[in-house]
Amino acid sequence: MKLAMHEVSLIESVVAIVVDERRRQKFSRVRSIRLQVGALGHAEPEALRFCFEAVASGTIAEGAKLMIEIIPGAGRCSNCLRHVPMSDRYAPCPCCGNPQVLLIEGGELRVAELEVE
Amino acid sequence: MCTVCGCQNAAVSVDFVTGPQSPGHNHNHTHEQPHFGGSGDGEHNHGEHGHLAHGNAGHLHVERAVGLINFGGGLAGLEVAGLSQERTIRIERDILSKNNSYADINRARFNETETFAVNFVSSPGSGKTSLLVRTITDLQTRWPINVIEGDQQTSRDAERILATGVAVVQINTGKGCHLDAHMVGHALDRLPQSKGGLLFIENVGNLVCPAAFDLGEANRVVLLSVTEGEDKPLKYPDMFAASDLMLLNKCDLLRHLDFDVDACIAAALQVNPRIQILSVSARTGEGLAAIYAWIEGRATALARSAEPSQ
Repeated sequence: MKLAMHEVSLIESVVAIVVDERRRQKFSRVRSIRLQVGALGHAEPEALRFCFEAVASGTIAEGAKLMIEIIPGAGRCSNCLRHVPMSDRYAPCPCCGNPQVLLIEGGELRVAELEVE
Repeated sequence: MCTVCGCQNAAVSVDFVTGPQSPGHNHNHTHEQPHFGGSGDGEHNHGEHGHLAHGNAGHLHVERAVGLINFGGGLAGLEVAGLSQERTIRIERDILSKNNSYADINRARFNETETFAVNFVSSPGSGKTSLLVRTITDLQTRWPINVIEGDQQTSRDAERILATGVAVVQINTGKGCHLDAHMVGHALDRLPQSKGGLLFIENVGNLVCPAAFDLGEANRVVLLSVTEGEDKPLKYPDMFAASDLMLLNKCDLLRHLDFDVDACIAAALQVNPRIQILSVSARTGEGLAAIYAWIEGRATALARSAEPSQ
């Protein structure tokens, strides 16, 4: 299979985190992996799903269900200091128009939890 | 096995194109993981530099070498026996944490050797290698320079860099679309140690994927050639947001094009109000003095901050 996208590396890191967790805790099967992916982050959820099966094959994560929770974008305006929703990483503040809004949520790429048995 | 990180899964092979220790070709990269890099194309890199590997063996280029590192492997399987109860484990780990920890190791190495490391990113064909060749030619009497070249296949770029006389390691990422900090760490092992020098890392030509991967560099420089669209910073904002300097390259061609420089600069500043912008031409040399001044300023500031404070 020819895959050339950074989501492959990201999913490899997810599987590595699961394999690493297996070294710390006893479990024989992973039922699900829950990821938190920021809506304004670097990863495309569909691309993550697309490569998961291939990457997980032959590892403890094989057969696990990949659940992706999308974290919506939110930031703090450096001018009016309001906490504002962000639909675009570089959009100006919807309240005061200031272009500098610091992203505080929506850039996540995190393994939140595993359901194991 | 890797002595730094203990990894066994990355199919690493190194080919010294020049130098007395030239071991020959790198046929030994593995394809045992069928889901990555396992597309049966095991023919890369040999033919075109084979004659160099043999012809130059045994003389001259002791401190100069093209090292070629191939990354093609995936994750090793893990067999698990025994039963345990169903439960949920909270992990809360950043997916990029592993890359970031390797980046921190690289950064510590750069600090230790007082190396100013720059990560050059752009889409393919923006002129990264031409700019580096010219920059190295002009600056190598001022600084010791090492280069890491990233491409999916071939060591063509490394051969061009090698012709300038500096040490270079080519990383072939196989199917990978970016360099990561782990690969760079392996490449650093292959480069001569020099104190107070420059390290130029030429990333894989790609405006998307390399944005997410910190390599431990001090600064990131994005090239945009004027034969591309002026709205690229808006179309690929992550890369421009993550860069410290934008070089508008091939500006000698502007008179033939409809490229709107002001619109391009506005687009770049919209996604990154802090980005510095220089118009350059690697071909004519226009604007290169400004890049060299930028390098001089950054590298000197870095060296000063590395000095003991008493």
